[in-house]
Amino acid sequence: MSQNTPPLLQVDDLRVAYPGREGGWREVVRGVSFDLSRERLAIVGESGSGKSQTGRAIMGLTAPGGRVTAGQLRFRGMDLLGCAAAERRALRGGRIAMVLQDPKFSLNPVATIGAQIAETLRSHQRVSRAEARERTMAALADVQIDNPARVAALYPHEVSGGMGQRAMIAMMLIAGPDLLIADEPTSALDVTVQLQVLRILDRLVEQRGMGLIFISHDLRLVSSFCDRVLVMYAGRVVEELSSGRLHEAKHPYTRGLLNCLPQLGASRHPLPVLERQAEWLL
Amino acid sequence: MRPLASASALGLTADGLRVEFGQFVAVDGLSFEVKPGESFGIVGESGSGKSTVLRALCGLAPLVAGTVVLTGESERPAPGSKAFRRRVQMVFQDPYGSLHPRQTVDRILAEPLAIHGIADAEARIEQSLAEVGLADGFRFRYPHQLSGGQRQRIAIARALILEPQILLLDEPTSALDASVQAEVLNLLETLRERRRLTFILVSHDLAVVTHLCGRLLVMHQGQPVEELAAADLASHRVQADYTRSLMLASAGFQRDNAV
Repeated sequence: MSQNTPPLLQVDDLRVAYPGREGGWREVVRGVSFDLSRERLAIVGESGSGKSQTGRAIMGLTAPGGRVTAGQLRFRGMDLLGCAAAERRALRGGRIAMVLQDPKFSLNPVATIGAQIAETLRSHQRVSRAEARERTMAALADVQIDNPARVAALYPHEVSGGMGQRAMIAMMLIAGPDLLIADEPTSALDVTVQLQVLRILDRLVEQRGMGLIFISHDLRLVSSFCDRVLVMYAGRVVEELSSGRLHEAKHPYTRGLLNCLPQLGASRHPLPVLERQAEWLL
Repeated sequence: MRPLASASALGLTADGLRVEFGQFVAVDGLSFEVKPGESFGIVGESGSGKSTVLRALCGLAPLVAGTVVLTGESERPAPGSKAFRRRVQMVFQDPYGSLHPRQTVDRILAEPLAIHGIADAEARIEQSLAEVGLADGFRFRYPHQLSGGQRQRIAIARALILEPQILLLDEPTSALDASVQAEVLNLLETLRERRRLTFILVSHDLAVVTHLCGRLLVMHQGQPVEELAAADLASHRVQADYTRSLMLASAGFQRDNAV
C-alpha cells in the first residue's frame, strides 16, 4: 500500500460515556487512539476496562443512551460519526464485521445456520437465491466445516460451541469485509477448539488481507496471535506492545497481569496478586 | 463457638462411577482415590464429564453404578445422608448463577446453618465472612451489588460455613478475571492449610490445576485417560497423547502449527 492512502481505521481520542446515576456522564472509554492498517491488533483488558465498548463504538453498536465522541473516527477516510445512519448500516456487516463472544446467544435461535448466513449476504449484495446458497456453502467450507450442506440445515442449538463459532465467522466473512472486529471470539470455547478457531481466523485474515481487531482478556493468547497489543485499563490504553515482546512490558498493570497467572511448571505459592494503584486511573 | 466436628481430614474413594442421562453415558467406569487432606484435580474439555463426576460425588447426579465412600480417621457418614452433605460441600463455577439473586448475603449464609440445625448463626456468619476476606458491611448486600470475585468468596463462605472436610470445586475461577483468579486461588490455598481440607478441583485449565493440586486425573468423553502427579505434568512427563494435546493447547497459539 502506498504512503498516501489513509490507514484502514483511524481512531483518535475516542470517548464513550453513559449517563451516570447523579446526572452527568460516566466515561467508560476515555480517549483511545490508534491507527489500524491491514494487521492483527489486539485490545486486552479486564472486565470493565472498556475494551468491548471500544469495539462496539467502532462498529456503531453502542447501547442507546450512550454518547460516542472522537477527535477522529475514520474508516478508509470516511468519517464514521458524521455519516448518515443508512451509510453506517451499509458498512456494518458489509465492510466492517463483528464476531461476538458466545455463539449460543448471538445466533438467531429460530433460523437455520444456512439461512442466517445467506441473509447477511443478501442484505449487502444483490445476488440470486441460488448464488447466495452456493456462496453460503463455500463460506462454511472456508471455516473448515466438512459437510456444509448438513450444517447449513441445522439450527444453532443443534451444533456445538466450536461449530457455532465457525458458523458465525462464516457469516461475518461472507460479505468480504475489510475490517473484522472479534470480541472474545474464543472465550466460550474449549482450549483445543479455541486453537482450531484461531487457526481458521488467522488463515482467513491472511488470505483476504483484512484488518483484525481482536478483543480479549487473555494477554498470553493474544500476544501469540496478534502483531500488536493495546493494553487497556479503566477506559484508557496504558501500554502498546508489539507481540513477542510481552516480557518487555513496562506498565505495572501489564506486568502484574502477566505475573498473576499460574504457570505450568512454575511453583509459586501464594500467587502474586495485582496491587491496583490509584494513579493508574489518571 | 464450638467446632462442629473433629477436625481430622477425610478422604474419598470412588469406584466404578457410571452416570447416564437417557441413552447418553456421561461418566463411564471412573475410579479414583483421594487421600485425607490431599488436593486432587480432574481435567478435561467440556463434555468430558468432569463436572458430572463432582455432581455425582455429592448426589446431584444419579449414579447408575459405582460407589463413593469416605475414608479417614473420623466418622464417615454414608453418601446421601445429611451428615455426608455437611462434610462434603461444593463451590460452583458461575458465581453469577449460583447465588440466589433475591437473598442477601446474610440469608444465603444462614440457610445451610438452618438446614443442619446449627446454633449461633450470627457468630458463624460473621466469622465465615471474615475468613474469606470480606468486611462485615457485605452482610446485607444482594449478589448484584457484588463483583464476580466477591460473589465467589460468598460461594466459598457458604460452603465453608458448615465446616466441611471435603470441598468440591467446579471451575471455581473460570468466570473470573486473571487478577481476581489469583486472589481466589490464594484464598483457597490458605483455607485449605488452615482447615486441613481435602480438595477435589475440576478445571479445564492445566495451569490452575497444577497450581492447586498434587495429583490429577485427565478425563476424555466420560472415561479416564490417565492419572498423574502435578509435578510430572509440569515437567511434561505424560503418557497419553490426549494429555499431550491438552498441554500443547494450553501453551497458546503457534503460527507454525497453523499450516
